[in-house]
Amino acid sequence: MRLLLSLLAGALFGGGLFISGMTDTTKVQGWLDVFGNWDPTLAFVMGGAILPMVLAWRLTEGRKPLAGGEFPALPRPELDHRLITGSVLFGMGWGLAGLCPGPAVASITYNGMGGLIFLAAMLVGMGAAPAVGRGLDRLAAPA
Amino acid sequence: MQIDWIWGLIGGVLIGTGGAVYLLGNGRIMGASGIIGGLVDGSGWSTLWERVAFLFGVVVMPLILWPLYNVDIDTHMTSNWVVIVAAGLLVGIGTRIANGCTSGHGVCGISRFSLRGIVATVFYILAGGLMLAIFRHVLEVI
Repeated sequence: MRLLLSLLAGALFGGGLFISGMTDTTKVQGWLDVFGNWDPTLAFVMGGAILPMVLAWRLTEGRKPLAGGEFPALPRPELDHRLITGSVLFGMGWGLAGLCPGPAVASITYNGMGGLIFLAAMLVGMGAAPAVGRGLDRLAAPA
Repeated sequence: MQIDWIWGLIGGVLIGTGGAVYLLGNGRIMGASGIIGGLVDGSGWSTLWERVAFLFGVVVMPLILWPLYNVDIDTHMTSNWVVIVAAGLLVGIGTRIANGCTSGHGVCGISRFSLRGIVATVFYILAGGLMLAIFRHVLEVI
């Protein structure tokens, strides 16, 4: 059950990324490039994706997940230095290549050697992230 | 080009529906970086097969849709290896430290009106925009 639901969610996610053009790096960079040939497509993708999710979050109220367990609680504290620093680092990479983790995986069969190297570097970065995060925590801690 | 936004909207609704299935079905937040990252650092090995099934769907669906989609697919990926490696490392490190990316913080977070999701999205869009301004318009390397 959980596996089938995961597969279905993944297929919808991958299909949506493909159809929306989000595996085309020029569309992502076009959205970020306000001084160039600005492309609003990403805003429509985000807007379109947020609509069913708003409904889904409403439906979680007073219910349990179909396959059992509990719905996830919001992490506390809501804002911390990791959220900001991590998002800035992510945004830098996202802008440079025009790829984020979802599209990097969805396009792996048709994005050539560059796509494979990007994914490999991303996995290395993910492996290094816990150590980098601890380093940031030390920097952020009051002396 | 003029109809790109319609495809964007349709694709977006599919992405959000995927997130809704993952949330209402499995009780989990559909964040690509979390699903992948949990496999890399071992924190998600208890739900290994769910993650693998999700990623399998992500990879296979474009291949199924490809023949139906009568538009040339070009990812316009940069051929600058230094940029690719640097960008990959930054995306990997950044998403795991921030605990989310465009799907987790952007789609799932904003739709929950979560302050974390909104703040993260503002910062990664600003950082991305700044990189385009610097590396495309000042240094002209991407």
